[in-house]
Amino acid sequence: MKFKKFLPQAITLLVVVIIFGFFSLNAQINMANRGIDFGYGFLTQESSFDVQFSLIEYSGSDSYGRAYLVGLLNTLLVSILGIIFCTVLGVVVGIARLSPNFLIRTTAAWYVEFFRNIPLLLQIFFWYYAALRALPLPQEAEPMLGSFFLTIKGFYTPSLVWMNLDIFIYSIIASIVSIIFIRIHGKKLRENEGKHIPVLNISIAILFILPLLTFFFGGVKVGYETPVLKQLAKTSFIFEGGLSIPPELLSLVIALSLYTATFIAECVRAGIQGVGKGQREAAASIGLNRKQVLNLIIMPQALRIIIPPTTNQYLNLTKNSSLAAAIAYPDLVLVFAGTALMQTGKAIEIVSITMLTYLTLSLSISLLMNWYNAKIAIVEK
Amino acid sequence: MKKFNFINPTKENLIPNLYVGTCLVIISLIDVFLNSFFKLNLISFLPFILSFFLPFVLGMIGLHLIRIEYSGIKKLDNLNKNINTSNFNAALTLLILFIIIKAIPPVFSWMIFDANISGDTKDACSGSGACWTYIKIWFKRFMYGMYPNEQIWRVNLAFIFLIALAFVGFFTAEKYKKFLTLYYVVIYPIIAFILIYYLISGGALGLEWVETGAWGGLSLTFIVSFFSLIFCFPLGMALALGRRTELPVVKYVSVGFIEFWRGVPLITVLFMSSVMFPMFLPQDFFMDKLVRVIIAISLFEAAYVAEVIRGGLQALPRGQYDASKSLGMGYWKMHIFVILPQALKLVIPGIANTFLALVKDTPLIFVVGLAEIVGMLQMAKTNPKWLGFAMEGYVFSAIIFFIICYAMSRYSYNLELKYKTDR
Repeated sequence: MKFKKFLPQAITLLVVVIIFGFFSLNAQINMANRGIDFGYGFLTQESSFDVQFSLIEYSGSDSYGRAYLVGLLNTLLVSILGIIFCTVLGVVVGIARLSPNFLIRTTAAWYVEFFRNIPLLLQIFFWYYAALRALPLPQEAEPMLGSFFLTIKGFYTPSLVWMNLDIFIYSIIASIVSIIFIRIHGKKLRENEGKHIPVLNISIAILFILPLLTFFFGGVKVGYETPVLKQLAKTSFIFEGGLSIPPELLSLVIALSLYTATFIAECVRAGIQGVGKGQREAAASIGLNRKQVLNLIIMPQALRIIIPPTTNQYLNLTKNSSLAAAIAYPDLVLVFAGTALMQTGKAIEIVSITMLTYLTLSLSISLLMNWYNAKIAIVEK
Repeated sequence: MKKFNFINPTKENLIPNLYVGTCLVIISLIDVFLNSFFKLNLISFLPFILSFFLPFVLGMIGLHLIRIEYSGIKKLDNLNKNINTSNFNAALTLLILFIIIKAIPPVFSWMIFDANISGDTKDACSGSGACWTYIKIWFKRFMYGMYPNEQIWRVNLAFIFLIALAFVGFFTAEKYKKFLTLYYVVIYPIIAFILIYYLISGGALGLEWVETGAWGGLSLTFIVSFFSLIFCFPLGMALALGRRTELPVVKYVSVGFIEFWRGVPLITVLFMSSVMFPMFLPQDFFMDKLVRVIIAISLFEAAYVAEVIRGGLQALPRGQYDASKSLGMGYWKMHIFVILPQALKLVIPGIANTFLALVKDTPLIFVVGLAEIVGMLQMAKTNPKWLGFAMEGYVFSAIIFFIICYAMSRYSYNLELKYKTDR
């Protein structure tokens, strides 16, 4: 009996060891033959290539390590923007799919079927090479709402110029901390003494009043800078000042959110449908009002169904953002696994770092998810 | 006739309300219709704001008037229940109708009426619509990539054979039905491989050798997805079983494998297969790019298939395991005859979704230089003779992918219904 358990494990172990051994042996021989040495020292070397769009200061004289950081931040930027937009759109469409209105239901269903069944890469190409290329040149762009410009070279918006921004941020943090304390206190009060305090109203009040107070009395000032058209050459114009969003980022975010929203819509729909009708009726019959039914009965159960697959979709979105490389948006894959790899030739090191980065991102999110799942799981007897 | 009650339409004044309401809705729709199809604005004498919003306002009033509960007219009740339950719903209904009416003329004129399909150079496309000439001229490239024109019959022949062989299951006698699984899982892939190797690749039997770099277009999409699909399924099944065993080494190897491939994006996997993998092979050992890509995609998708199947295995009640053990079945007998048939039935939608994802992921192979249909589009787009027709290409391939994926998802839905056994 023991032998029966021992044998398959030994075989598995042997196969794994042989494969890894074979690969690493070959890698050593190959690298020795080509005169490449293995090591991560190149990360501190000067990179000498430029990146089109970066959230932090970066130039060719910075190191490869900093180029990696630039790529990572760009990836995170796309992912976060995509997650925000796809959540909003997905929830709206998911609810629309359950609408009593036939037209809304059908439109939402067709939206889901259509965008879900077309490869994401094709959608990104469509937005980047076909849709956004139809936009006007900077000099011909019509201002929208005064000072927003949507041109072929990107989307230009006014940007805010802050003074004493740090005080303002501290006040927001302080209000969030106090809200957490109030929530804990409110929960204690409810469980121990049965008293209800309007936690939500108090939280909203704090969230607005504290920052507003610092805004008016703490010397925080905010101005704004509008984009201005500037002529570079006879036919070449460009907008200066303000915030410019490059078309790569724009098309990537549009495509990612439209695509992922279809999946989130399905998660939301499944979640709401998954809560039995009996739950709603039972809640109503014990005298809860509509708001209480929604807050205490429907939402906790629906969220339990919705959140795990939705997190999966967020993860997918983050991984799919690597398609950015196809339209030359400088994300992690393009900057690091593309340009840096070409320049250094350190294939094993760079590909492994890139993969490890994505792996860390996904594993940490799924660990968080497992923890959350375990926390909210219904304890069955 | 009773007094007209506009504010609260009730059953008492059904008829006048119905007439006025219907008229208003029809007027508003006709106005938008004329505006969009014939560029005719009937109410242009009004100020812009008013003439812009008038159809909407009229429609809202009309829908409000015909919103009569229990009117006794079945059609009206149905209509109200479906598109007109409240003011909010009525507004959305009108907006959707208006958008549809507004969108039809530009879309149709671009796709059909102003489009060109004759001729065979760029100059033939003079209209403001789509240039389907571009698709017509490049059609062979979009379907077969750089495959030599005079050899294309080989690809066609191989695919016709494969499709014909795939339908064997429908025509077998009842007696041989038990061998079908064996046929589809083992024999069919081998036949497919032989067909593709000897017919499409060539090099033997007097056929000219066509290197895999020349393959491309939609046929490459099919080849890649077909083989990845065949390889990833058994591997995924093994991993799912591995993850559920009590043997720690097997379990953790499977967990590690699954989590690794699920954690990285496919594009980095393909990068790995193209730049890193050759370093891991013996020096004189050459592996074709296409083979490497297929292996990479199979490993990647196997992890997803494994998770889906694991979901099915977990969903089975413990009693099934206990019952088969009490009958004296061993591990393999229990899984093959009792557990897997039930578990797989449960996860048909999940498996279908994974396969759909696989088909939709194939365009990514452009990062290693293989051009399937999207890759060919990118190539054609930059051809100096055919600049400026990106939109047509994308619409064309979007339609193709939509048809393939939609058909697959419908098929899986039917399969799900067919194997649904209520427990």
